[in-house]
Amino acid sequence: MEPIAPILELKGLSKAFGGLKVTDDVSFKVMPREISVVIGPNGAGKTTLFNQITGHLRPDSGRILFKGQDLVGRTTQQIVALGVGRAFQVASLFLGETVLDNIRVACLSKLDQTRKPLRPVSDFKRATKRAMEILDSLGLARYAARQAHELAHGDQKLLDIGIALALEPVLLLLDEPTSGMSPEERHLTRELVRKLWKDFNLTLIFIEHDMDTVFGLAQSVRVLQSGRLLAEGPPEEIRKNQDVITAYLGEEVA
Amino acid sequence: MPSKPKTANTWYLLIFLVLFSLVPVLKTTNYQMLLAAHVLVWGLFAVSFNMLFGVTGMLSFGQALYYGMGAYGAGLCVKYLGQAWFFPGMALGIVLAAVTAWLLGHLIIRVSGVFFTMLTLAFGQLGWQVMFKWYSFTGGDDGVQNIIPPGLFSNKVIYYYLVLALVGASIWFLGRLSASPMGLILRCVRQNPERVRFLGRRVRRNQQRIYIISSLFTALAGGLMSGVDYSIHTDMFYWTTSGHVILMSILGGIGQFFGPLVGAAVIVTIEDVVGAFTEYWSLIIGTVMLVMVLGLPRGLMGEISQLWTRLPGRQQALTTREEGN
Ligand SMILES: Nc1ncnc2c1ncn2[C@@H]1O[C@H](COP(=O)(O)OP(=O)(O)OP(=O)(O)O)[C@@H](O)[C@H]1O
Ligand SMILES: [Mg+2]
Repeated sequence: MEPIAPILELKGLSKAFGGLKVTDDVSFKVMPREISVVIGPNGAGKTTLFNQITGHLRPDSGRILFKGQDLVGRTTQQIVALGVGRAFQVASLFLGETVLDNIRVACLSKLDQTRKPLRPVSDFKRATKRAMEILDSLGLARYAARQAHELAHGDQKLLDIGIALALEPVLLLLDEPTSGMSPEERHLTRELVRKLWKDFNLTLIFIEHDMDTVFGLAQSVRVLQSGRLLAEGPPEEIRKNQDVITAYLGEEVA
Repeated sequence: MPSKPKTANTWYLLIFLVLFSLVPVLKTTNYQMLLAAHVLVWGLFAVSFNMLFGVTGMLSFGQALYYGMGAYGAGLCVKYLGQAWFFPGMALGIVLAAVTAWLLGHLIIRVSGVFFTMLTLAFGQLGWQVMFKWYSFTGGDDGVQNIIPPGLFSNKVIYYYLVLALVGASIWFLGRLSASPMGLILRCVRQNPERVRFLGRRVRRNQQRIYIISSLFTALAGGLMSGVDYSIHTDMFYWTTSGHVILMSILGGIGQFFGPLVGAAVIVTIEDVVGAFTEYWSLIIGTVMLVMVLGLPRGLMGEISQLWTRLPGRQQALTTREEGN
């Protein structure tokens, strides 16, 4: 039997801002349908890693293979088209548009209908139906007609994930999906992310500081510190890893 | 610009068409009709400009370039080839404007914010310099007079209705565009270009597209104006013309599709009516602008639509929805 190929593979990825190494020779493989997490202290380079995978930043050296194709040097637009989606640490929305239109514009983009100049947006039934389905799966359908800026913080983060989902990604990167949420909201979001991961057949990588979410959701954990990959493995192992405990987990787990 | 006032916009367009089609019937002097034609042309210019500024977030300070090209296309063709060339000349001006916008767009849409604005100003002034200095061809500062539209359209009332029809159709089209997926993505470009890239869409490509569309309708406005005034002059290319249209848009409300049209009506009226009594009309416009920016930051139409959403009935609907959550 042929071994399953990784969907994402980083090879010796490095990036420095001036003298500051934010990604330092990072290599790892992500298997299809895996749900994994990247943890690490503030400023460890987690977001920067996502920025490089999505073409927002160009690495100084190294390769990023997605389904065997190198992403380095490609534009964000091309990378999105290949099936990489992303939600942001601070929700990145179209605040003056309705909740529905935030998702619908993504659906229209996916269907390549954003150049249509004559018919009103509501005439685009397929995009509208799809957008409502996504809002439904996020529990945001009742806010469809609201302006995005009227949403509560937690709902804005969900809407951000919704925009990414509308583009039908194969690989979805979530940057701290539960940040700034109350413990109850976190719990709900955790279950929601798990459900989305199943329903949308995603390979999911998320960044997270909340340990309940980390250990409650991830099949594998990668620890970044000062741009370096400090440890990698299943949650039980990472929890016991002495380096990780001293470097990061500390009192939180012990 | 939210999509809700879609039906409101249809009503505004109808009211606008009816009001302006009554002008030739109700007028007491030809001057009133001329004034109305000025409002129509400036209105189209301002609405086209606002597709760039209010919708897409691109503050061009050089739209006079395209306005002038439309006007000079018609005017110079009449001057050199004869009256019959009025409409072909206008079409030529519009095509030239679109081609220029396409070429220039490649150069200047690379930069954003204030740099974009400065570049549009620079190219606009360059166009003005050329027209101003090239006396033998353009008539320089003297402009060109006696540009009379051919045939039936030499009749002022008929030409007025032609202007109304073309302005109405253009504004109808731009209104449709605003409510369409293309309009939606343009608003998204203004609000969050970074996220638009993550939709797999190209920000600059979308900006380029609307820059061309806007310039094309601006040139149409310029061409129509040459037949309203029977003359063209290099001021049409000057930066104050670009500035004028910015003022109109802000005064009327850049967040509303019809805002710039209302702004155009107010400014044209102030200029002509107040200008008859005092030469200090620019002082009056300055004062009006100051009051507007301080007191009514959303512009005239913006404040009106704000009032509309605060009506008692609407308020009720909103609160029930809140309770339902
Ligand atoms: N564009 C940039 N230019 C210069 N330095 C940057 C840039 N982006 C990030 N940095 C720096 O790189 C380091 C890593 O930042 P990054 O945002 O990746 O951290 P993070 O692991 O996501 O942290 P957090 O948990 O706080 O979100 C930080 O020291 C940050 O200040
Ligand atoms: Mg971060």
